[in-house]
Amino acid sequence: MNEAKAVIETRGLRRVFKTRKETVEAVAGVDLKVWGGEVFGFLGPNGAGKTTTLRMLSTLLPPSGGEATVAGCDLLRQPQQVRERIGYVGQRGGSDPQVTGRTELVFQGRLYAMPKRAAQDRAAELLRVLELEDCADRPTSTYSGGQRRRLEIGIGLMHGPSLLFLDEPTTGLDPQSRARLWEEVRRLRKGGTTVFLTTHYLEEADALCDRLAIIDHGKIVAEGSPDELKRQVAGDVVVVGVGGDGRDALELFQRQPFVREAGAGDADGTIRLYVERGESAMPAILRLLDGAGLELKTISLTRPSLDDVFLRQTGRSLREVAA
Amino acid sequence: MKTLRDIWLVFLRYFGILIRNPVWVVLGVVQPVLYLVLFAPLLKSLSANPGVPAGGAYNWFVPGLLIQLGMFGAAGVGFGLIAELRGGVVERMRVTPVSRLALLLGRALRDILMLDVQAAILIVLSLPFGLKLHFDGALVVLALIALLGLLTASISYACALWLKSEDSFAPLIFTSTLPLLLLSGVLLPLTLAPPWLRNIAAFNPLSYAVDAARAVFNDHLTDVSVEKGVLISAVLALVAVALAVRSFGRALA
Repeated sequence: MNEAKAVIETRGLRRVFKTRKETVEAVAGVDLKVWGGEVFGFLGPNGAGKTTTLRMLSTLLPPSGGEATVAGCDLLRQPQQVRERIGYVGQRGGSDPQVTGRTELVFQGRLYAMPKRAAQDRAAELLRVLELEDCADRPTSTYSGGQRRRLEIGIGLMHGPSLLFLDEPTTGLDPQSRARLWEEVRRLRKGGTTVFLTTHYLEEADALCDRLAIIDHGKIVAEGSPDELKRQVAGDVVVVGVGGDGRDALELFQRQPFVREAGAGDADGTIRLYVERGESAMPAILRLLDGAGLELKTISLTRPSLDDVFLRQTGRSLREVAA
Repeated sequence: MKTLRDIWLVFLRYFGILIRNPVWVVLGVVQPVLYLVLFAPLLKSLSANPGVPAGGAYNWFVPGLLIQLGMFGAAGVGFGLIAELRGGVVERMRVTPVSRLALLLGRALRDILMLDVQAAILIVLSLPFGLKLHFDGALVVLALIALLGLLTASISYACALWLKSEDSFAPLIFTSTLPLLLLSGVLLPLTLAPPWLRNIAAFNPLSYAVDAARAVFNDHLTDVSVEKGVLISAVLALVAVALAVRSFGRALA
């Protein structure tokens, strides 16, 4: 594991899509560094430019501007060398429902010019590690969602790439399969593989990634480890539920000097308050509501989450956007 | 070398998928056989008319039917590719170092092989109806069918990559094949057509292939129409392959 070496480096990476009516800048100048051996996450709502960036970095889509080196090769001038070094698992998977898992793996290995015998051995090894031996020789149409996902990751790993791209690897999976997949990503990391994944799940980014970038409207709005990012939103978060629509209470809190920021919460009638110290702020909050004659329904104290980071950077809650 | 190996790999994959689902091979033969049984007898009573070529109804009709099979038998192959696009299969292959030419030719060779097997079945089934078989001629016709199959399969794949949806692909295929068929002289000889119709048909590359196949089955293997038909088909197939390979190189799905 060489931590000091950047496996991906981009400068001003852009992608513009032109339709008859309008020009959309899906990725608007992305500068990124991903270090060897880390799990790097791309967090953002749907349509933020995550997949477009990933498709550019994996040679599927030519950039409209900017430069990048991927796995030590120049993306624009050496796409063939990039392809040999990376693995890519798209959102849509890429396994054929009529073909068996083993056949898919062997075929993939052969596309990377592996000799037949080596491809068969490697396929058998992956089937064992990914716990797919029981269904290896059945068509993939019979697989469960989790089994198919694991097979597709196996397809991406056939040629032993040092860098693996995973585009929304757990979207649509049940919680159990998702946990199983997280385990797989952690195992890869332990083996020294660099993993670049996209997700719109906060918990996933938080639990899985060494570092992450938050992307919105084609631009990176924050970058760092989950803890670093959360520290940027210093202090605590107090969530207050009040009677009525909460507008009066919101205005009241916004006037208070001890409240750094106040905004509407996830649920109706809740307010999120960012304060320096939660335990001293809570009595003051109670007194304020009491004095204004507003009914208090719930109150809770939490540490900032990645959603608070997202909210602060974009003014929107990722939970709302993703819903 | 690498390209040839890649073509072979991709061909084997799609051949394997076809073999496990042979119903498509059978369905492809059923339609021409229906023409043979339910339509060709009508031609028998026509053969006395002026303008109908000599040589017997079947020796005249079956070559046209074979060319029709070659031309349209592979028109629908794009449907399968659209399903693959949706499942991310094409994307997954494009991210590997595999030759883009192989992504097209591996698939198209499978389609061509299927067409030639169907054509061979059709020729054998036509023998009891009175088709006179010329072995050399049959080989030339199979080669011609292969060229036409390559042409149509390439166009079909390119359109699928371009449109990406069955909803727009299906009408395109159906509306473009019908005029080509009517103007090819497969069903009735174009010698019966009024001059204006014959002039339009002269622009239909398929009519040259039909002429070539008929010359071959009527023992005129050295006829200039044979060279013309093969050459026109080969050039068109080459253009279509170049077009489709480009589409595979930058398909956005």
